[in-house]
Amino acid sequence: MSESLITDTVKDAVEIVKDHANDVHEHDVHAGDDHSAVHGGHHTSLGLSNTKLAMWLFLGSECLLFGGLISTYMLYRNRHSENLGPDQLWDIPFTSATSFVLLTSSLTMVLAVSAANRKDLRNTKIYLGVTALLGGLFLAGQIYEFTVFYREGLGFTTSLFSSSFFTLTGFHGVHVSIGIIMLVAMIAMLSKEKVSGDDAEAVEMVGLYWHFVDVVWIIIFTLVYLIPA
Amino acid sequence: MTDTLDTPSVRGDHDAKEHHGPSDMQFVTIFFILAGITAIEVAVSYIDIGPFFLPVLLGLMVVKFFTVVLYFMHIKFDNKLFGRLFYIGLGLAVFVYAAALSTFQFFAG
Repeated sequence: MSESLITDTVKDAVEIVKDHANDVHEHDVHAGDDHSAVHGGHHTSLGLSNTKLAMWLFLGSECLLFGGLISTYMLYRNRHSENLGPDQLWDIPFTSATSFVLLTSSLTMVLAVSAANRKDLRNTKIYLGVTALLGGLFLAGQIYEFTVFYREGLGFTTSLFSSSFFTLTGFHGVHVSIGIIMLVAMIAMLSKEKVSGDDAEAVEMVGLYWHFVDVVWIIIFTLVYLIPA
Repeated sequence: MTDTLDTPSVRGDHDAKEHHGPSDMQFVTIFFILAGITAIEVAVSYIDIGPFFLPVLLGLMVVKFFTVVLYFMHIKFDNKLFGRLFYIGLGLAVFVYAAALSTFQFFAG
């Protein structure tokens, strides 16, 4: 009974693989001169984009990464010396301004995606460029903030609070940096027509990553900066 | 010179997507709502609202989070599977780390 079930399952699996191989072969033959269609935006058997599915899966896993970092900070936020804690160091007006800059970059990003869907290359590149600039401004603000804290005497190993704070905000900063690289690369690729597959989808993938960086900052801004220890 | 994205491989779901979701003006409106919420958050952190402080700030944070995810990240208008993948990761993170933090709190007592 169980043997026949296994045999049937294996047979079904082999059939599915054969069908898929035939589909890919037919697609290659029919696509012929359409190189980008073959290599870009392969779709799953559900009719969804593989790239998009992978990006959402990646963002889901990123929630676990930042969840761990935020939890660690929450756990150690009170472990600092009396004169080097959040109450003495935080500059809420400054951090609010940088948060506003990142929020604005989310708007320009979504407008870039919208322009890409309209196949408006000029505005897509402009909005992507503005998003990268705003991201750079946010990053500059974060580096300035880190420098101020360091001059005040808060190093990475000063306390458990400082270690967890720098790790959390540093990881977020690295994500912003990667996002800026992706944005600049996307502008270059669009200019040189080097995007394999659907241009609008490629812009949308960069957009998803950028918005994720923004939503992580929404949480960090409230939990780390606005809610006192 | 044509200023368009002349890609031959625009797929079905993208064709469909072009006709769904907010317009550019609606995105700008959503942005101003988010900016307004941020301003309220900052104001709340300066004024004394007693026991409502934490719930209000956390509530505003959640509203901002889901506004960006639903509208800017297009989850509301896209295939449900994409949203599910994200929410599974998010839910797992919230559950695991809430449990971990509760455990630390419990043993600290």
